[in-house]
Amino acid sequence: MSERVVLPPIDRAPLRRRRWRAIGVQVACIAVTLFMALPIVLIGLAAVSSRDALNDFPKPLLPGEFSTETLHSFFRATGTMPALGNSVLVGIYTVFWSLVIGAPAGYALARNAFRGKDTYQVFILFVRALPIVVLSVPLATMFLRLDVYDTVFAVTLVHTTLALPTTVLITASIFVAVPADLEEAARVFGCTRWQAARKVVVPMALPGLAASSIFTFVLSWNEILGATIVTLGHRTLPAQVLTTLGEASTAYRFAGGFALIIPALVFIFVMRRYLVNMWGTTLR
Amino acid sequence: MRARFGSPWLLLLPSIVLLAALFGWPLVRAVVDAFSNDQGFTLDHWRRLFDDPYFLTALRNTLLLIVIVVPIQLVLAVGMALLMQARPRFASGHFYLWCVPLAISELAAGLVWLSIFGNRGYLNSLLVWLGLSQDGVQWLNYQHTGTMLLAVAIAEIWRATSLVFVIVVAGVQMIPRDYDEAAQVFGANFWQRLRHVTLPQLGPSLQVALILRTILALQAFAVAQALTGRDFPLLVGETYEWYSNLQNPAVASAVSLVVLAISLGTAVFYLRTVRAPEGSR
Repeated sequence: MSERVVLPPIDRAPLRRRRWRAIGVQVACIAVTLFMALPIVLIGLAAVSSRDALNDFPKPLLPGEFSTETLHSFFRATGTMPALGNSVLVGIYTVFWSLVIGAPAGYALARNAFRGKDTYQVFILFVRALPIVVLSVPLATMFLRLDVYDTVFAVTLVHTTLALPTTVLITASIFVAVPADLEEAARVFGCTRWQAARKVVVPMALPGLAASSIFTFVLSWNEILGATIVTLGHRTLPAQVLTTLGEASTAYRFAGGFALIIPALVFIFVMRRYLVNMWGTTLR
Repeated sequence: MRARFGSPWLLLLPSIVLLAALFGWPLVRAVVDAFSNDQGFTLDHWRRLFDDPYFLTALRNTLLLIVIVVPIQLVLAVGMALLMQARPRFASGHFYLWCVPLAISELAAGLVWLSIFGNRGYLNSLLVWLGLSQDGVQWLNYQHTGTMLLAVAIAEIWRATSLVFVIVVAGVQMIPRDYDEAAQVFGANFWQRLRHVTLPQLGPSLQVALILRTILALQAFAVAQALTGRDFPLLVGETYEWYSNLQNPAVASAVSLVVLAISLGTAVFYLRTVRAPEGSR
């Protein structure tokens, strides 16, 4: 404790810069979130406003009263409920068929090195890049000839084909993540190939397969053009909304838009953990 | 290596058959249909297509939309990914909301923005409420091509930026942190690190995002359909129109081949130009 040590003055500039940067990041995040969320809030508000409130202009920025009238009339409109049923059916069938056909292919890609593997992968990627619109028109003609036009089956076929390349790629990456050693071990202990696949690989791959299925379902739920072109009476919900757009009232449009969005909100909420891995890495 | 489960082709076969039947065959069919009628080879369908006043407008609108939307989405998505890297508060909440549009269909997105851009929509209400306008702007009037383009572009940006965002986030996560830290130690500032460390390593992700987004943007039609009907024609919308309302599958096939040609063209273009300067990856 003899003489005071003179410390150099503290330079607070970097700290201050850091704090400003953190604030900037926060503000930017909030801005992006507002851009993403506000439109959904607004159409939600439109969907729970009464018909009169929708015709008011200028609209109050917050509706004075809530009413189920708009949503109610949308769901009661001719065609809405059957179309909703078709959408769900097509989605489920598409998930089923694309898994049954796609998952074995993904497994084969994940576990084998063979001649022609690259060719197959290029083929899959090429198919992925083809616009659906090129296929819908000839498919419609083909379905007419085969007498399956305007059926849930026809839409399922189109959606399965669309979903298949992605299913193959996603399941391949899921199966790669299941260690081959475990499978070998099961076989050492006397399982057949098939048993090893069923008792070891499938349970371990199940969460991934479930995620991939939900992805397929959403793809089918959102697809419009193919569903519109290959059907006439048995439309899926988006196709139904699209084709009635011309004569529909504003209330119908907003309620329809909102009804199409609700599954998306649920879906992303359920899937948030898988999102990055599924879209990000497997879409390359 | 033991022989595995017969040949892998056994497992691949169903997918090959299905894709060949439902992709290969229709593709051939589309080409044949677009170039032939009862008598054989013909260019009539193409002549009809080019005589149609909507076609060139649709082509122009589609290309314009891509040129405007895709670069904005790319920049926005990289920005959003960097924001996530900065670990803001409530990161998971923000992340969830930024991803929601991923699952929203084109049609729903169009309807969402219709509630905003419509004549009695929220945007006009806001303008009146702020006293900026007497009774709002007719954003979606067929005479105002500019504002229609703006509305469709905003709706597309809103809907599809999430997809690019997710791809870029996955790409960012795969970059080892060491490089960035090393650059920091050597005193590189934020922009230098972005320019020389992060972006070059994001190359492959950006390429995937570019190809995917351009091809998907070429297929856009329901957004415009929901917002403007046929007032703002897009190529795929024209296919729909020719097939469903004008009952002419041959011309519809011709339009769809134009979409196909542009998609393949852009994919090849991107593969050549974007990846080549990356050097050996």
